[in-house]
Amino acid sequence: MSLALSARHLTKTFESGSRRLTVLDDVSFDLDDGATCAVVGPSGSGKTTLLGLSAGLDRPSSGSVVLCGEALEDLDEDARARTRGRSVGFIFQQFRLIPTLTALENVMVPLELRGERAHDAAERLLDRVGLGDRTSHYPAQLSGGEQQRVALARAFINRPRILFADEPTGNLDAETSSRVEDLLFDLNAEAGTALVVVTHDLDLARRTERILRLRGGKLVSDEAAHPAALPSGNGHVIRAEEPKSRGDGAS
Amino acid sequence: MPFSPTFAWRDSRSARRRLLLFVASMALGVAALVSIRSFAESLETAVTEQAQTLTGSDLTIWARRSFGKKDKALVDSVAQAYPGEQARELAFASMAFFPETGNARLTEIRALEGRFPYYGEIVTTPDSAATTYQQRGEALVDASLLLQFDVEPGDSVRVGERTYRIAGGIDEIAGQTGVGSFVGPRVYVPFAALDTTLIGFGSRVEYRQHFLFADADPDAVLAEIGDRLAVQSLRGETAAGAQQDWNDALGNLNRFLSLVGFIALLLGGIGVASAITVYVRQKADTIATLRCLGATAGQTLRAYVLQAAALGLVGAVLGAVLGVAVQTLLPRVLGPFLPVSVNFAVSWRAVAEGVGLGLAVALVFALLPLVRVRRIPPLRAIRPGAEAEDRFDPLRWAIVVLIALGVAAFAWTQTGDWRAAVGFPLGVGAVLGLLALAAWGAMAAVRRFFPESWPYTWRQGLANLYRPGNQTLVLMLTLGLGTFLITTLYLVQTSLLDQVAITSEGERPGLILFDIQPDQREGVTALLDAEGEPAIAQIPVVTMSLAAINGLGTDSLRQDSTVNLPDWALRREYRSTYRDALVGSEQLAAGTFIGSVPADTALVPVSLESGIAGDLGVGVGDRLTWNVQGVPIESVVASLRDVDWTRVQPNFFAVFPTGPLDAAPQFDIVLTRAVDAETSARLQRSLVEAFPNVSVVDVRLVLGLIEGVLGRVAFVLQFMALFSILTGLVVLAGAVLISKLQRIEESVLLRTLGASRPQVGQILFAEYLLLGLLAATVGVALALVGGWALSTFAFDVPFVPSWGAVLVALLVVPALTVGIGLMGSRGVLRRPPLEVLRAAG
Repeated sequence: MSLALSARHLTKTFESGSRRLTVLDDVSFDLDDGATCAVVGPSGSGKTTLLGLSAGLDRPSSGSVVLCGEALEDLDEDARARTRGRSVGFIFQQFRLIPTLTALENVMVPLELRGERAHDAAERLLDRVGLGDRTSHYPAQLSGGEQQRVALARAFINRPRILFADEPTGNLDAETSSRVEDLLFDLNAEAGTALVVVTHDLDLARRTERILRLRGGKLVSDEAAHPAALPSGNGHVIRAEEPKSRGDGAS
Repeated sequence: MPFSPTFAWRDSRSARRRLLLFVASMALGVAALVSIRSFAESLETAVTEQAQTLTGSDLTIWARRSFGKKDKALVDSVAQAYPGEQARELAFASMAFFPETGNARLTEIRALEGRFPYYGEIVTTPDSAATTYQQRGEALVDASLLLQFDVEPGDSVRVGERTYRIAGGIDEIAGQTGVGSFVGPRVYVPFAALDTTLIGFGSRVEYRQHFLFADADPDAVLAEIGDRLAVQSLRGETAAGAQQDWNDALGNLNRFLSLVGFIALLLGGIGVASAITVYVRQKADTIATLRCLGATAGQTLRAYVLQAAALGLVGAVLGAVLGVAVQTLLPRVLGPFLPVSVNFAVSWRAVAEGVGLGLAVALVFALLPLVRVRRIPPLRAIRPGAEAEDRFDPLRWAIVVLIALGVAAFAWTQTGDWRAAVGFPLGVGAVLGLLALAAWGAMAAVRRFFPESWPYTWRQGLANLYRPGNQTLVLMLTLGLGTFLITTLYLVQTSLLDQVAITSEGERPGLILFDIQPDQREGVTALLDAEGEPAIAQIPVVTMSLAAINGLGTDSLRQDSTVNLPDWALRREYRSTYRDALVGSEQLAAGTFIGSVPADTALVPVSLESGIAGDLGVGVGDRLTWNVQGVPIESVVASLRDVDWTRVQPNFFAVFPTGPLDAAPQFDIVLTRAVDAETSARLQRSLVEAFPNVSVVDVRLVLGLIEGVLGRVAFVLQFMALFSILTGLVVLAGAVLISKLQRIEESVLLRTLGASRPQVGQILFAEYLLLGLLAATVGVALALVGGWALSTFAFDVPFVPSWGAVLVALLVVPALTVGIGLMGSRGVLRRPPLEVLRAAG
């Protein structure tokens, strides 16, 4: 089984006047194809930064990311965008549907960006998330839960190898959340996609196979979500490497 | 189907209304350009098609003096060598008296012999009058004059000692402008029946010999006799030459109007840039999401460039339609100035040019903010507010250079002068630089000297000028540049118009009497005294020509290609006077004015008008030799005078001291007050009865005519400036909308935190007022400099700042900024905060 994602010694620092602020400090972890994991931690612990770096939305101050077999540091902005278009799906806390496009058109965007026909696949996916009758509605005409289901359909249309979900239920009520979560994990299982969920919600985190805990920018634990359920020496979860000593990485 | 066009189309569906400003900016700019170019082309076509009516002949040989023996021999030789028809014409100013009604007025008399004009025709009522008046010894009189004095065909008119029956009224003469000469309306009489005493000494008469050739090429004939004409100081004109003269004159008009059009288009470009800046900001999240989903920078940029191009095309086409509509109005306004009748025709070339130029301007100016799309980070999708790194963007600078080159290229095609080509973009660039400097300076000053004691709302508004995400720079650049361009245009326009305006200050004569012969002096004075309107000035006039400058003959100077003196200044007839002091319209500019010398002075100290001295390239101390009716008079330039030509009174290029010219052949000009129109009419009647050769200019009538003409010129200028002002308003709206977006979110938050509606309104009011005042002040200050520079260096007229316009700009720009700003925020102020937040989300 190959790696969907491999992060090595990721560090991100910001200069603020004369001060240097380290928001992510020497974090490493791997994720197999088809595996799922959650990144949890308090606000400001570096979760979103880790997600951004892993998906190639931002560049680390040091360290490296191999995403779906591509070393991101060797790629320019456009090449990284193409990698995302080919192999990555996204779910955002704010849904991030394009307000000027209908539900169907929103779902079609990733395939259309690659110059492929997308209409039928998009309709099937919208059907699958229960919005077959809302294809021509604009985001403003949909509820939060419906918008996130459209976003789910959009995330899966390019059959990604890995899906990044940033607080996917953070803006939804409990009932809607659980429906969206079910859909997320069902679709994920059907497509065999690797999944990285950034969340505050421990219940959601526990639905993944593995939980990475961040605190103050450091990876403080990396453990199976259900230790008892996992076979020892399992093939899905690769343990995170021990952080290197403070001295290198962050400087 | 590629992604970009599909997405561009879908994404634009809800945005089209928001980009109305973009379309409006472009439409107005293109409308100005298309109307001007289309009209210019129609005019050029009309001049070309009707060129022959400009002269009315194949060739006309003329002089401002009677034809001598040699001249007649030349005319005969041409007539013999190139068979065809000939006609003879004399043109001069003289009084026409209408015995039936007792009215008299200065008119332009044309004494004609032969069938002329050969091309075009004199349109008369009744029709037959134009063909019969010569045989019957009758006169044709301008229809407007007949109307003015309530005279009809069949009544009579007296010119000099001759009385003619009026055959008909002249409605139109092909090839001549409706405005005609300032001297007055035209009266045609047969050459054979002319009172020749009228064309005696001192009268300004033009002698013309017209030719119609059976088969000769007029320009070849002119080329062949050109040298002989020059030697004999005769002038020759063909249709081609007249057409060239008119095209040159119209070229100046076109160039000025094109400049106005281009400024409108440039303002439109700024409007586009403002509208797209707002648009890109609104689209930042969408663009970040697209980047997350795998869109490359190129794909997103292409999608938005396509939108801009499509909207630019819509704006340009709308503008072209509007421009064509406006063009139909221009011939009506300008008609009376034009020698040909201009038919309304759509110039497809002008339309294509306008649409093409409009599209190019829209694209280039849209690209300036659009290239930022490439830099919007995908990270923004998960981290709201993440901004692009502020790095040097070579593409952005390439576009700036492209705009500068485009402006330079336009300036060059319009003026053919590389200094203008370099100066125009440099000037605009300098203005932008100074505006940016002012913005930074203001921000620093507000932060440094922050008025802590001001009320909360004012402090908030003031602090908004320098807080993160402030709009000070963008608004200063757009508002300031818009204010600068429009105010500059207006200031230049008023300076140009002021140049030709009539000064009503001081004592103004009501009547000016010309051509009073020495033996008539006493008689005229007595008549004026008897009528109770004594002469207020009696000015002797001596006609002369320039024979040599510093010993070099004017003939050789004219032929010397290394000497660059204007031909007209060397050839013209100088009507000079002599007196012992300066008059009210004159100011000493250099040297000493010498008022009196003995009659036999060998080297007469003369005073020259500064302008003509410049044209002749002479100054104080230079020597001029004059030919006064065959007698050479040596003179030295003793002083230079600045003359206010706008004063209605006789002014002179050369003023001699009393003494040497006292005995020279001369005539008098007499000024009298003639308090009202009735007195003026009575005086004219008495004068023309007693002294038929004396011409009387009714100043009131002439002023009315001049003011009418100036009114039309001003109207055209203001009409074209209106385009710029309208575009400027659109730019202003766009600029304010940029900042509105930024402020809505803050306003909603303040409302949520408990700020009352008036409080939020006051904060916005304070910010917009300060920004408007700052932009208007800096823009107007720069416009004063720009107006001065353009007037002085480009148009060569004294700069006359119109303080009224300055005040209006200083009031209107801030008022509009506040008005548009508050109007744009109305929704935020009126609706409950949550509703606004939801709509924004």
